[in-house]
Amino acid sequence: MKVETAPSIEALGGGPRSGDSAADSAALAPNCDLEAVFRDSHVGDVLDELDRELVGLAPVKSRIRDIAALLLIERLRSNLGLTTGAPSLHMSFTGNPGTGKTTVALRMAQILHRLGYVRKGHLVAVTRDDLVGQYIGHTAPKTREVLKRAMGGVLFIDEAYYLYRPENERDYGQEAIEILLQVMENQREDLVVILAGYKDRMDTFFRSNPGMSSRVAHHLDFPDYTSPELLAIARLMLGGMQYRFSPEADRAFRDYIERRKAQPHFANARSVRNALDRSRLRQASRLFARRGGPISREDLVTLEAADILASRVFGGSAT
Amino acid sequence: MRLTQGTFSFLPDLTDEQIGAQIEYCLAKNWAVSIEYTDDPHPRNTYWEMFGLPMFDIRDAAAILGEVRTCRKTFPRHYIKVNAFDSTRGRESLRLSFIVNRPEREPGFALTRQEGPGRTVQYTTRSYAVERPEGERY
Repeated sequence: MKVETAPSIEALGGGPRSGDSAADSAALAPNCDLEAVFRDSHVGDVLDELDRELVGLAPVKSRIRDIAALLLIERLRSNLGLTTGAPSLHMSFTGNPGTGKTTVALRMAQILHRLGYVRKGHLVAVTRDDLVGQYIGHTAPKTREVLKRAMGGVLFIDEAYYLYRPENERDYGQEAIEILLQVMENQREDLVVILAGYKDRMDTFFRSNPGMSSRVAHHLDFPDYTSPELLAIARLMLGGMQYRFSPEADRAFRDYIERRKAQPHFANARSVRNALDRSRLRQASRLFARRGGPISREDLVTLEAADILASRVFGGSAT
Repeated sequence: MRLTQGTFSFLPDLTDEQIGAQIEYCLAKNWAVSIEYTDDPHPRNTYWEMFGLPMFDIRDAAAILGEVRTCRKTFPRHYIKVNAFDSTRGRESLRLSFIVNRPEREPGFALTRQEGPGRTVQYTTRSYAVERPEGERY
């Protein structure tokens, strides 16, 4: 290791041989490279997009920034011939339902691809059913098949805690975990594994599989969204579908979020999306009831307060 | 005698890196890559054994290269080839096929002459290796 670093340090500081041109360019390079590498990788665009399109999630975003920075620095180091160890980037995403784990995983695949950490940048999303077989000898080929498909990209295992069923000691999930562990360790440069699930169950999962826990370098916890964040998400979703709230509907939806949060089975952004979908249904039938009269473009894109207030969270009325 | 069948067979054996690059090319063209092996290298033997199914929806060469290595480990003294199948309508055939593993010693082929009516001679080749039963040939 020493042998490799010594000439590079010389090149960095200009060194005694700074007279010759090769050493000169090497000495000049480090100052401007970071900016150039950053620009070439287009990571900035992805990170900005992440900020723009994902509301909240501050701890997650800052960790993604850290990883992006690390990978850029690694690339600079390798340009200068310094030793680089490909960092282990297997991750676990924990959080309540609807906090954006899958969305972030998809982005992660893109970011890692831009940074050159994974070669293809596709995301293969699987659950227990895709990995675990139904009879003896079925699990290993099935898991290998999935791993092969994910090579060069990101393997996203949703609800990973189902892989381990402590109540049944002959469960084939353990076999899948063993194969996963092996590949996570030996083919680190070929794929990134992201495990996702609810916080408490994932904690149990990692406690009973210490090997898995130690091979996952990044444990990211997705916080619940606050009410203003949920409202921002709703506006973003509507914008994407080319709808918008009327001012009254905006107020009504704020109220809706507060009430919905207090109810059981609240699933953050997913509940918001479902509520919006239902509002769209109501808007459609409201407009349909008015048929015969003219319907403007304005009518088509606007959700009114009535579309939202008809929800069952407002005092058990219809739907 | 060195077997020359398929693409690249007159070149020195490809390294794993070169094989990976070829597979990467196939995947970029959306061809389905499969692996086959045999110990009967007769040029007219088109039915080699499949090593697993053809690998559809694979995105990266590392996965297939891994399979090639497994196949080599299982059949170190067999011929192994990588095929790329193009499923485009109207094409539907192999586009690329090359040998990635061969036995250390290749005894080659004997030329057999058969006299027919009217002093005609029919020629055929026969691999020295197939004198022994399958599985014990190399």
